[in-house]
Amino acid sequence: MLIRKAADIRYSEITPKSVYLNRRAFLGGLPVALAGARQLLAANKLQAAKSPLSTTGEKLNTFQQVATYNNYYEFGVDKEAPSVNARSFKTSPWTVSVEGECAKPHKFSLEEIMAVAPLEERVYRHRCVEAWSIVVPWIGYSLSALLKKVEPTSKARYVAFETFYDRKQMPMAEGLNFPYVEGLRLDEAMHPLALLSLGMFGEELPPQDGAPVRLTIPWKYGFKSIKSIVKIKLQGGMPRTSWNEANSREYGFYSNVNPNVDHPRWTQKSERRLGEFGKRQTLMFNGYGDQVASLYNGMDLKQNY
Amino acid sequence: MLRNRWVKVLVFILCLVPVAWLGWRGWRQDLSANPIEFITRYTGDWTLRFLVFTLAITPLRKLLGLPDLIKFRRMIGLFAFFYGCLHFTTYIWLDKFFDLGEMLHDVVKRPFITAGFTAFALMIPLAITSTTGWIRRMGGKRWQMLHRLVYLSAIAGSVHYYWLVKSAITRPVFYMSLVALALAIRAGYSWRARHAVRPAALPNARMVLK
Repeated sequence: MLIRKAADIRYSEITPKSVYLNRRAFLGGLPVALAGARQLLAANKLQAAKSPLSTTGEKLNTFQQVATYNNYYEFGVDKEAPSVNARSFKTSPWTVSVEGECAKPHKFSLEEIMAVAPLEERVYRHRCVEAWSIVVPWIGYSLSALLKKVEPTSKARYVAFETFYDRKQMPMAEGLNFPYVEGLRLDEAMHPLALLSLGMFGEELPPQDGAPVRLTIPWKYGFKSIKSIVKIKLQGGMPRTSWNEANSREYGFYSNVNPNVDHPRWTQKSERRLGEFGKRQTLMFNGYGDQVASLYNGMDLKQNY
Repeated sequence: MLRNRWVKVLVFILCLVPVAWLGWRGWRQDLSANPIEFITRYTGDWTLRFLVFTLAITPLRKLLGLPDLIKFRRMIGLFAFFYGCLHFTTYIWLDKFFDLGEMLHDVVKRPFITAGFTAFALMIPLAITSTTGWIRRMGGKRWQMLHRLVYLSAIAGSVHYYWLVKSAITRPVFYMSLVALALAIRAGYSWRARHAVRPAALPNARMVLK
């Protein structure tokens, strides 16, 4: 090896002043950054009264399970991807525009959304179309409370929902047309069990579970429970929905949990509750038939899957 | 270099790394919130990867001028079968709980299971006849014919993956393209060999048979 005496320090090795200052700014900002990280780990607590509409007799899944096993294709298609990729998702400021066939359309700030009705804690079973399920203590209030605020007109028959979409924050988005859209019939949306969720496990929602505001429709497959909502529109016609557009043969508008109607590619008769080894029988309307079956009186649920 | 005995040992150990990693994560209870699905996907992924590795050997031998790579083909192919067995076991045990009726129902009714089952079933005769004794018994030509089934298996395997995802098709399409590429290269070589002047083709042919 050739050993040479080192030359004087090269100019390229001297840290430019701007970088040097940046480093100070970085170190100076570190406590703030750490505080931010802590906030991510421990989101704000939410006060909520136990709801009489809460599902009883079910063992809750853990926060860890619910927050690391997500279908949120904007943040990647693997189950663990959203919990990693959504970490820095900006959920503030946030507005939800409620518009369309209503007397008082309004763009709600998140603070306004929080104040529409008293927060309740409701335990719901959540059944994914992929045949797994979880039990989650959600925090929120019935979607009907928000819809009543804008006074739907007689022309309103359906409600369309839209998820926030920003390619820059969601570079991993794949597999669907974005922004993600969903829809309900107005009477479904007004049903007391249809929950507008703002939190879970006593805290604000983590980003990967649909922060800051999402739907939870316990008698329908999980993909109907749209996440990170920015727009709600009352309208006369049936809304388009993302999964239906991706594959209309496999995902219908209604998508009620129904063990008697198989997904074309797999059975819906049973499901695996996260954390359990064996499988459970899937219940009609995910076990909420007593409350919601009347919404579908006279309808052929095989046709209207 | 590739002729060194230790290289083969090293490749053998490398092929075991994925299953060792799975075991390690399992021991640390780090298999996601749905361990059974995780294991199913993981073993399925590695089966497909090893099938692609197997298919890549012949093209790589020629493209890189490394004929000795052939020494690893049987082993890597058998590892594809090994991961396929793990994948199939996960399905029949942890998904179907050894309910053979349910399984047959799946195979008939669910196209993605049909494809996966086909991919797996096709590997069985190849694994059985992978020994030198079987090559001799069958004769090189017939043996080679039989072992072309590996292409069908890889195609069925990637179709299985394609049919199973809900909508994100990037990865299954990636595997399909790799299989197609391997097939295309192979087809290209055999076309050239058939159209080449005989004496030039001879040394090559001998190498393949060996």
